[in-house]
Amino acid sequence: MRLDVRKTYKLFIGGKFPRSESGRVYPVADSKGEFLANVAMASRKDARDAVVAARAAQSGWAGATAYNRGQVLYRIAEMLEGRREQFVAEIRALTGKSDRQANQEFDAAIDSWVWHAGWTDKIDAVAGNMNPVAGPFFNISTLQATGVVAAFAPQDSALLGLVNTIAPAIVSGNAIVVVSSESLPLPAITLTEVLATSDLPGGVVNVLTGKEAEIAPWLASHQDVNAIDLVGTSNFVELEIQAAQNLKRVIRKGDFARLGSKGSLNHITNLMEVKTVWHPKGH
Amino acid sequence: MQPHSPEAIVGSRITNQSLKRWLHSLPGVDKVGLEARAASLGTRSIKTSSKAWALDSAIKMMDLTTLEGMDTPERVKSLCLKALTPDPTDLDCPRPAAICVYGDMVKHAKKALGNSGIYVAAVATAFPSGRASVAVKLLDTKDAVKAGADEIDMVIDRGAFLSGNYLEVYKQIQAVKEACKRSDGSYAHLKVILETGELQTYDNIRRASYLAMLAGGDFIKTSTGKVTVNATIPITMLMLQAVRDWYDEHGVLIGVKPAGGIRTAKDAIKYLVVVKETAGEQWLNPDLFRFGASSLLNDVLMQRQKLKTGNYSGPDYVSVD
Repeated sequence: MRLDVRKTYKLFIGGKFPRSESGRVYPVADSKGEFLANVAMASRKDARDAVVAARAAQSGWAGATAYNRGQVLYRIAEMLEGRREQFVAEIRALTGKSDRQANQEFDAAIDSWVWHAGWTDKIDAVAGNMNPVAGPFFNISTLQATGVVAAFAPQDSALLGLVNTIAPAIVSGNAIVVVSSESLPLPAITLTEVLATSDLPGGVVNVLTGKEAEIAPWLASHQDVNAIDLVGTSNFVELEIQAAQNLKRVIRKGDFARLGSKGSLNHITNLMEVKTVWHPKGH
Repeated sequence: MQPHSPEAIVGSRITNQSLKRWLHSLPGVDKVGLEARAASLGTRSIKTSSKAWALDSAIKMMDLTTLEGMDTPERVKSLCLKALTPDPTDLDCPRPAAICVYGDMVKHAKKALGNSGIYVAAVATAFPSGRASVAVKLLDTKDAVKAGADEIDMVIDRGAFLSGNYLEVYKQIQAVKEACKRSDGSYAHLKVILETGELQTYDNIRRASYLAMLAGGDFIKTSTGKVTVNATIPITMLMLQAVRDWYDEHGVLIGVKPAGGIRTAKDAIKYLVVVKETAGEQWLNPDLFRFGASSLLNDVLMQRQKLKTGNYSGPDYVSVD
């Protein structure tokens, strides 16, 4: 007989796996209500540290070529594939899905990740524009990452909703602080273990586990966050008002579907800023 | 209490022999105990009104510093403007104690600061290495004092100190102190930089502190900020113990200035806790404790804004230095 080696599920901030600054954990139960694991319960200070890490990483990630970002993201999909068993087991334990259903969710998550990876170098070709102007100018609009995105993953999805929240933000060069589903957090942490060993620079994706209601007001009012995705929040009206203080971009609950094997270009461009350049041309 | 003469303190005529005997008779530093005490004081939680007080005090005790080869008069001027109005969104924000610059920038800093009450400190004596002849070091000092520097930050000759030539270090500090004399007979404040990162041991840091105090330094300062190891909490604590004991024995108040590597408000607050618990509340005052820092101010300002508004602030709301 041997002793079980139980896993400690920690936060993911700046490419590292710290415990919560508060020292707190909370128990996560499986679909039958049995104890499954203890997970770190992030505090507002963890959220603050995550924003600092995201801010530090963002310019480097946005400065990488679109082609390079696409390669990094595609490689993450390759590595995810190798962890299939672990993800499927966690999805099954948490949600009670059948093996087939859990595999389907995992397939959709990888497909969506790859779908997003393909967009990195195509966003400008599709959403950017050469504008007709009445003057001797080239007038070009291009899209650029907005900066640091705070996001609350859907509460009812263990992996797919999370992937469809992270991927649209980071393809364009944003860095993200994402709070996972409170009751289904395990695949979120397993995903971070893949990200930590991938070529994604530390701090581009930061994952917090814990109570959405506790962390959300601090991220919504944070002056150094440029956009907020409120899909997994409960008190979203109040949060949107707080987010308005520094004119954050807001993605409302229900704006974009999160459970498909594809995302939406609008979702990606919603987390970007349009920059228009006027360049004189000769007659 | 009448301050004791150096001879009375050392117990004989000042020679290298007597200095060595005196410095080596100081008790050895308990490294483990010192570091454990420093670490335990660093865990104190300072909140709400105490935190607000600590943040404001940290600004008031700050020597806002720019010591780069690429410093220009305009850069110094913009730093001075920042010292005059640290936070344009809150005009009640206190001002730093001083601006710390190279000697040739003193006149520009003086001009920008006017009669605001913010001091101008100049580094002198072939900062940061201190490797120049004594004549050059003294001229460097006199030049800065003449340009109007209120405070002089000198470096000790670490080579002489490490080779056991304490008398040379002592004499140089005394000579620089004399060079701080203004034409009206008053003295520019003298801070003696020990460059603790190059002194190798805690015992040496204690000895250098005593030597600097004996020679007439008004402040002892940890570092230039130009070497790998800068100010740390244990080193600052050790120096605070030295000034505390010096005051108890000889009745003279000496200041302490940690410099280099203090970048966050959290660190600054840890230092303030150590000051209070080691030297006492008397030292929580810009005349006896200073931070040498440049990026620290922005972090403190962001923390102040967080306390005031309740929202986390960001680098967009403070100036780019």
